[in-house]
Amino acid sequence: MSVVAPRAAALTSPDPTGSEDAAERRSSPSGSERRSRWDDLSVGSIVPKMQAEGLRAYFGKMEVLKSIDLPIADKQVTAVIGPSGCGKSTFVRCLNRMHEVVPGARALGRVLLDSQNVYDKGVDAVRVRRRVGMVFQKPNPFPTMSIRDNVLSGLRLNGVSIEDPNAVVERSLRKVALWDEVKDRLDRAGTSLSGGQQQRLCIARSLSLEPEVLLMDEPCSALDPIATARVEELVHELRKSYAIVIVTHNLQQAARVADFTAFFYLGGLVEYNRTDVIFTRPRERRTEDYITGRFG
Amino acid sequence: MHGRHIDREYENELEKLRELVLLMGARVEEMLTRSMRSFEQNDAQSARITIGMDSSVDKLELEIDELCLQILARRQPVASDLRFITTTLKLVTDIERIGDLCVNISERVVEFAEESLPKGVTPIPKIAEAAHSMLHDALDAFVARDAARAEDVMTRDKAVDAYYAQLFPDLIARMMADPQVVFRSTRLLSIGKYLERIADHATNIAEMVVFMVRGEDVRHLSPSDPPPRP
Repeated sequence: MSVVAPRAAALTSPDPTGSEDAAERRSSPSGSERRSRWDDLSVGSIVPKMQAEGLRAYFGKMEVLKSIDLPIADKQVTAVIGPSGCGKSTFVRCLNRMHEVVPGARALGRVLLDSQNVYDKGVDAVRVRRRVGMVFQKPNPFPTMSIRDNVLSGLRLNGVSIEDPNAVVERSLRKVALWDEVKDRLDRAGTSLSGGQQQRLCIARSLSLEPEVLLMDEPCSALDPIATARVEELVHELRKSYAIVIVTHNLQQAARVADFTAFFYLGGLVEYNRTDVIFTRPRERRTEDYITGRFG
Repeated sequence: MHGRHIDREYENELEKLRELVLLMGARVEEMLTRSMRSFEQNDAQSARITIGMDSSVDKLELEIDELCLQILARRQPVASDLRFITTTLKLVTDIERIGDLCVNISERVVEFAEESLPKGVTPIPKIAEAAHSMLHDALDAFVARDAARAEDVMTRDKAVDAYYAQLFPDLIARMMADPQVVFRSTRLLSIGKYLERIADHATNIAEMVVFMVRGEDVRHLSPSDPPPRP
């Protein structure tokens, strides 16, 4: 193990008694209770890694998410689809408390990570973001850093002392199938890579922190079809180890990579179901109209 | 189908596909009507015209298959559009087979007419009427996207089977009593079987219409099976 710091299982700042965590877990619904609300759908008995409950989000006074209830299944891919402005990016940004970073933005309701509400008082947002990593639309490697330093930057910015940086770099780059392509030029700038490679480098940077959930906000919208296929292949691999949420405008991408799909419209969750059900026999008229191109 | 697609070109492609299926369905209905009329009237010439109609049905099948392939490749249809395309791909096979069976009926009619054979009284007209109404209603259900009408068609297949079950022993008894009637009786038996198969294909079409409309697969269900759930 090259990362010295223990895995960030707790979200709160260190508390010698651990009482807050324990109290929170007691007050949270159990896994079986949380599963029950989806029993009438075709989702089977999913095990949620995360769970939004009555999640509302605002920019100033404007409500952009209207009481969302949605599970994020563990070791599965959940796609979030919907037209521009429907709140899908805001939703994923609420999952790791990135939404509140925008001035005037706030979120109400609960987002459970395992059994703990990430919005509880005393929860450290930085720790939440470490467990719930994020990859953005446009590949954003740090321009002044080498490939190696880009991979390690997440750990360094989190103040984690790294025992064996080479091992972390190799392991992270292997996870995103980039190691063989860049192992001989680790000291070159991250921005020297192609767009697709840069995006996989950014995913490697997120994975170096060993998150439990990976949020991907339009990760392929700036990539060509081959680079997109590589990222999708990577998503198939990563779902064995992580809960993955992918926001996408590309409906075929959602159909290809996701186990579950949620359709958002005007800040509300219209339909959530198994991806095969959503794309062959959706239950809601608005879902049907959107995915078949009858919307608008 | 509710609403129109934003992409009008796509909408036109789906509409064209629907029209081609309707045209193909109308053509085999006409073939069935003609073949049974020529049977009743012992009209070999009319039967030969019916046989000649089959090539246009075959061409429509190829055209529909090609259009489905193009839409699948270029539009990646989903949900009700996907169900429409996949249903159409399967449905045209049944319609084409019905056309072939009308040809088979007409070929037997030509044999009857050329040999000037009396046919005697049989339930064949009743089988034909029932099979034709099933085909007509199944195609209507497809056009109207009416799953209830399609389900009604599915219930009527038993009546056709019962008529055929009545025809079979009747003709066997006639053949045993008089070897002179073996030739004509085997042909009548064949026509009865062709009509019974047409009713089966109409049932297949009706089952596919239910899937197209509701997304429920109702094929091969036994009475004890729970209702299908997506």
